[in-house]
Amino acid sequence: MKFSYYPGCTLKTQAKDLDRYARLSAAALGVDMEEIKEWQCCGAVYPLAKDEIGVKLSAVRALDYAKHEDGLLLTLCSACHNVIKRVNDDMRNDADINLRANNYLALDEKYNGETKVVHYLEMLRDYVGFDNIKKAVKNPIKKKIGAYYGCLLLRPGKVMAFDNPENPTIIEDFITAIGGTPVKYPFRNECCGAYVKLVNPDLTERKSKKVLENAKENGAEIVITACPLCYYNLKQTPCEDMEVVYFTELLAEALGVKD
Amino acid sequence: MQRIGVFICHCGSNIAATVDVERVTEALAKEPGVVYAVNYQYMCSENGQQLIKNAIAEHRLTGIVVCSCSPRMHEATFRKTAEAAGLNAYMVEIANIREQCSWIHKDIEEATEKAIVLARTAVAKILLDKPLTAGETGVTKRALVIGGGIAGIQAALDIADAGYEVDIVEKRPTIGGRMAQLDKTFPTLDCSACILTPKMVDCAQSDKINIFSYSEVEEVKGFVGNFDVKIRKKARHVDETKCTGCGVCMASCPSKKGLNEFNMNLNNRPAIYIPFAQAIPNVAIIDPEQCLKLKSDKCGLCQRKCGVGAIDYKQEDSFVERKYGAIVVATGFRPIKLDNFNEFGYADNKDVVTSLELERLMNAAGPTKGTLLRPSDGKHPKVITFIQCVGSRDVSGCGKPYCSKICCMYTAKHAMLIREKYPDTEVHVFYIDIRTPGKNYDEFYRRAVEQYGVDYIKGMVGKVYNENGKLMVQGSDLLDNKQIVIPSDLVVLATAIEPDPSVRDIATKLTISIDTNDFLTEAHAKLRPVESPTAGVFLAGVCQGPKDVPETVSQASACASKVIGLLAKDKLKGNPCVSHVDENMCTGCSQCEQVCPYGAITYIDKEFRIGGGKTETRRVASVNPAVCQGCGACTVTCPSGAMDLYGFSSAQILKEVEAICKR
Repeated sequence: MKFSYYPGCTLKTQAKDLDRYARLSAAALGVDMEEIKEWQCCGAVYPLAKDEIGVKLSAVRALDYAKHEDGLLLTLCSACHNVIKRVNDDMRNDADINLRANNYLALDEKYNGETKVVHYLEMLRDYVGFDNIKKAVKNPIKKKIGAYYGCLLLRPGKVMAFDNPENPTIIEDFITAIGGTPVKYPFRNECCGAYVKLVNPDLTERKSKKVLENAKENGAEIVITACPLCYYNLKQTPCEDMEVVYFTELLAEALGVKD
Repeated sequence: MQRIGVFICHCGSNIAATVDVERVTEALAKEPGVVYAVNYQYMCSENGQQLIKNAIAEHRLTGIVVCSCSPRMHEATFRKTAEAAGLNAYMVEIANIREQCSWIHKDIEEATEKAIVLARTAVAKILLDKPLTAGETGVTKRALVIGGGIAGIQAALDIADAGYEVDIVEKRPTIGGRMAQLDKTFPTLDCSACILTPKMVDCAQSDKINIFSYSEVEEVKGFVGNFDVKIRKKARHVDETKCTGCGVCMASCPSKKGLNEFNMNLNNRPAIYIPFAQAIPNVAIIDPEQCLKLKSDKCGLCQRKCGVGAIDYKQEDSFVERKYGAIVVATGFRPIKLDNFNEFGYADNKDVVTSLELERLMNAAGPTKGTLLRPSDGKHPKVITFIQCVGSRDVSGCGKPYCSKICCMYTAKHAMLIREKYPDTEVHVFYIDIRTPGKNYDEFYRRAVEQYGVDYIKGMVGKVYNENGKLMVQGSDLLDNKQIVIPSDLVVLATAIEPDPSVRDIATKLTISIDTNDFLTEAHAKLRPVESPTAGVFLAGVCQGPKDVPETVSQASACASKVIGLLAKDKLKGNPCVSHVDENMCTGCSQCEQVCPYGAITYIDKEFRIGGGKTETRRVASVNPAVCQGCGACTVTCPSGAMDLYGFSSAQILKEVEAICKR
């Protein structure tokens, strides 16, 4: 099973663990993650502006690269996933953006959204299968684990088509697969405060605290996330007896490949 | 030699704005067989019809082609016109140049070309038309009503009032339906039971109405005027003819853990029970899933206690076969399941309830005897938050795309009743839009706001979560542009309604159509709103679309008047466009018999002369024209081409195809 892999900037700096454990786990599960060559910044939040074309181009380049490999682009960082998947949707469905992006890039063959963008969690669910993960688990994580989705994986629901944005279950299913007990708590898909941290750190802290406390009240011992920004905000928030880790770290631990 | 007249309708600008009717007229006038072609503004108007009649006489026409709207709209009209002018009603063909042409095209050139082709096609067909005479069948003077809620009850009472027999088939142990579960009804706040139970009693006492409770329609055969219906009377393990409804059995039953369906499972009932005090019939029923005697052959207490020997553990399902002239479908609704709406915490919090559950919590015959108490701890809720549109107007795919129509009004009712009875209670209502059109409806809602001080908040709720024993309702106040959290004691979900799931099976048995939301489709949204597309089957209540009690009663009465109109006839004209068999070509293969959805084809052994004074007996198909609906399935199946349809012969269809293809 081979995927073109797009790590993104944060996974090379702040969120090295997210990346490292993902690669170790993938190798253990027989998934070939081939980092694409000369990838550039996904564009961060800027591609979300409808009329901006320049900032969408690097996402299209990555998508076009994957198109010429196996047509599958694997992402891990929630933000990159959100940006690339939405740009891909634009290339499929927005004739104006498609035209302008293709005019700019002047590729040998026009890019029309052919690549399938797959998040690491979707790869685990749809390509490896949670049942197979269960079989591969060597050290079941026997803990009560709260899934924290944040917003970027789920919304906008129609484009991301990741899971039900109000009542997602994919991370809970993942937790079950690695031997944990999922704790469903109401705030698992609330906003962590995101970039507001820069201008109003108090507000972000309040939002993140609410998430952690809600998880704790419902009995969680660990909160896992797939998003470097959520991870950062949650980590910065003091909450006793609550561990925050990337989901890939627990996966690597369960598979016995954590170094 | 046929003499055909072609009549092209403008339909105001509906056709004429997109189709050049003059050019169509000119083109058709030159068609072989056509002796007269004319266009007119409204062909269906009295003047238009007169124009047709005059032309038939003046030009000695043998057939007419009307280029107008869909035949579903006015074929019958123009057939009558032709008949009045002395033509056979089946020497009329409609070319649909509106729905299938002018309405769907923008380009005049294209639309005109197509209109000409469609008209030529109709001419090609009519040249092979032969006069047909419709046969007659009798009418069974009895109606079947499927569903014993307020829709079925009203329809049955009205039909019975006109002197016809009616059978109500109700799958639950009692009639009454959803309305029996309601506490009060808007906009007048009458007690629901007080206005419903007299009607239920009327049904029971009418010598024209026969109630099959705890029964289901098993099989339907036949056609308008002559339906053969098999009804399954499910085993209730109690002899209906003996039970007096005294209730001794209920008191004696040791298995008391059954969920009380009538009270929306909010409390328990014994294994043998009468659904509610005013149930009709007032007869007990045993829940076989729960009864110790039926499950493990232990107990038998109720049988020993019953003074009239009505308990029969060995009772089995029985069947009744009856004939009916007309059928009313009134299968009703249920609130949707809330599995897709976990964000409102319904599954995890006892104090998050649906509106129908609240009806029971407020009803004097409900689990709390009419005192509003929280299900979790039996305390009075001090802050109650209502959430409207739970699953209604939902485009995410989790709920229903339609407006359930009744929720704005019943939520206003609930809010008002609570503020009236418990003035110290704070009541909030989250809404997307308030939709209260109708007589005295908007005034009703305004009373809730202005007189009763209910706090209406425009905005949707994101989630309901538990915090320190309070239900925190997190939503947005769109007018204030703020996210708000209301700590509440009770949360009420105005849950979307959907057709009762039994409607799918009923629709299949009756060959009536169903839409993407499982609502039954009426024959015409405006002009035939209570008829199904299948002759003799009528629709009442929520099975056809969301509606409240007043609307349901109106529709049920309208249904009844249609049924009475049908039953008042002694003979019904059949459809002469039925299939027939060429016995010389029939090989007796039975394929047509297998595909016929109406059971209209049987096989007979028939003697044929084969020359030389000899005969041979062959097995050939035989069509019952009274049962055949003219669907044509047999004609395309028959490998030897022996089956053909009157009015739609294979030769005619080939001529039509030819006319479309040739340029």
